[in-house]
Amino acid sequence: MMELIGIPPQVLFGQLLLGLINGAFYAMLSLGLALIFGLLNIINFSHGAQYMMGAFVAWLVLQYAGIGYWAALIISPIVVGLFGVLLERLLIRRLYNLDHLYGLLLTFGLALMIEGFFRQLYGISGQPYAIPAALQGGTNLGFMFLPTYRAWILIASVAVCVATWAIIEKTRLGAYLRAATENPTMVQAFGINVPLLITLTYGFGVALAAFAGVMAAPAYQVSPLMGSNLIIIVFAVVVIGGMGSIMGAVVTGFGLGLLEGLTKVFYPEASSTVIFVVMAIVLLIKPAGLFGKAA
Amino acid sequence: MSVNTVPAARNTRGQKAAGLAMIGIAIAILVGLAAPHVVYPVFLMKALCFALFASGFNLLLGYVGLLSFGHAAYFGFAAYICGHVVKVWGLPPELGILLGTLTGAALGFVIGGLAIRRQGIYFAMVTLAFAQMIFFLALQAPFTGGEDGIQGIPRGMLFGVISLHNDMTMYYVVFAIFLIGLLFIHRVIHSPFGQTLKAIRENEQRAISLGYDVNRYKLLAFVLSSGIAGLAGSTKALVFQIATLTDVHWHASGEVVLMTLLGGVGTVLGPTVGAFLVTGIQNYFAQVGAWVTIIQGAIFIACVLLFRRGIVGEYLAFMERRRNRNS
Repeated sequence: MMELIGIPPQVLFGQLLLGLINGAFYAMLSLGLALIFGLLNIINFSHGAQYMMGAFVAWLVLQYAGIGYWAALIISPIVVGLFGVLLERLLIRRLYNLDHLYGLLLTFGLALMIEGFFRQLYGISGQPYAIPAALQGGTNLGFMFLPTYRAWILIASVAVCVATWAIIEKTRLGAYLRAATENPTMVQAFGINVPLLITLTYGFGVALAAFAGVMAAPAYQVSPLMGSNLIIIVFAVVVIGGMGSIMGAVVTGFGLGLLEGLTKVFYPEASSTVIFVVMAIVLLIKPAGLFGKAA
Repeated sequence: MSVNTVPAARNTRGQKAAGLAMIGIAIAILVGLAAPHVVYPVFLMKALCFALFASGFNLLLGYVGLLSFGHAAYFGFAAYICGHVVKVWGLPPELGILLGTLTGAALGFVIGGLAIRRQGIYFAMVTLAFAQMIFFLALQAPFTGGEDGIQGIPRGMLFGVISLHNDMTMYYVVFAIFLIGLLFIHRVIHSPFGQTLKAIRENEQRAISLGYDVNRYKLLAFVLSSGIAGLAGSTKALVFQIATLTDVHWHASGEVVLMTLLGGVGTVLGPTVGAFLVTGIQNYFAQVGAWVTIIQGAIFIACVLLFRRGIVGEYLAFMERRRNRNS
């Protein structure tokens, strides 16, 4: 196959695939963040730490109980999601009538504590987590080599994003959620337990982060710092997509992952900054983000 | 303040309070002068640099209500500039600090000019986005030394006469810079300009309707704040003779928020108290490893849930309550 603008196709498609994989994680994480912001009005700074917890729980159950990847994919989100429910009940709910910024600061403190805790126990070096047997190997597509696990990440994350979107846009529960973001008092008056709804939403958002964490465990390494490196980028994604917009989070997540991959091919030095350049431009032109409702 | 207080009585009490404040300040200065003979001066210098940084940050958060989540950019980048001009260009330390401060202010002018058009969380996110770009610049620019940073910055001779190689001499210079910085902030806050800033914080719409060009006030406050951050950053570069990525990283932005919150947002001395506590924890608990992070996180949570006014803020509120009960 010809070279495209002096770049071998293997390199180009390889980077695009990597970008798309990163985008899959951005999308899953920003989806949870957007959900939490939409209903709780909390900027969940501990989202990265909760993603890290997801990966760690998967690693721990494998290490100490011999429970493998597929079961961890269910157990870990439940465990971490319950932890989220606890956090919401004990700490976060005390902040709802305060300025947004307090939510950001509280969850920032939480992130420091969670990460510090895991760093204290396991150090900063990564723990390896093997790719499950069924997903090892890969396929040669002719123009590039596609590892099976990467393909699985893409499929699973698209499935999770579509399912979440469907729950929120197409089901009765989703209708309650959307109504509660608009007018919680009114929804409460209709006999719907809004505080419970809020708690569950937080738990679900956190569980999504943990799910992404389990997915990430074999692809990257399980390390206490894996979340803090990601969280800032995911924030940018949520802000660019429009805070609280589910669609915006997903589309921007994948889009920015691809953009990052492209930048890596053509101007590698800027690949870690390109997202913030986009964020600054978008916010200055369209303050509510690409898919956000004007404030 | 209770309504039935006799104005004359309030006046004497005001004078008494002012007198007490003067005594307090005099004691604080004496303590500051004596401190390096008791406590390790390098630690004190570090704490003073962060105290100045946090005080500058508080000018924005405490008096205009703007949470900048990228203040490390001005602090850290100014350190690079100061380090570069002193080490490579061979300029004297006072010019290094001056250029660092100006760099902080200039960056603040550009970034602040763009960010102040946004509110609340969006403001915080725009400042964070630009701070990430500055971090990228610090990582990639040819003069910053990438991961290694600029090392071996000479402290040099202040005004060509005072050698700064001795930690004691350096301490007194840092202490002087800190005092000047704090005095400047105090002056700004208690000027008509500072009153206008508070009015903007309390009710921006109303300030606009009163005819104030709110954005110009906000921008000026942003420039002053980032300039002070630059002053603190360049001073720190001279003290430690090194400028690295740690000071431009967003973690440093988070730390300065912690210091300010812990000490008391919107109080003159709060950020200093917070900075001393946080650097103290980092310094004296360093051997317990990641526990430092856990303690910091716990402090953050405790501040947000239990004492949002911070240590100094809660103390002032306590004194106010006691005074009202007595009158």
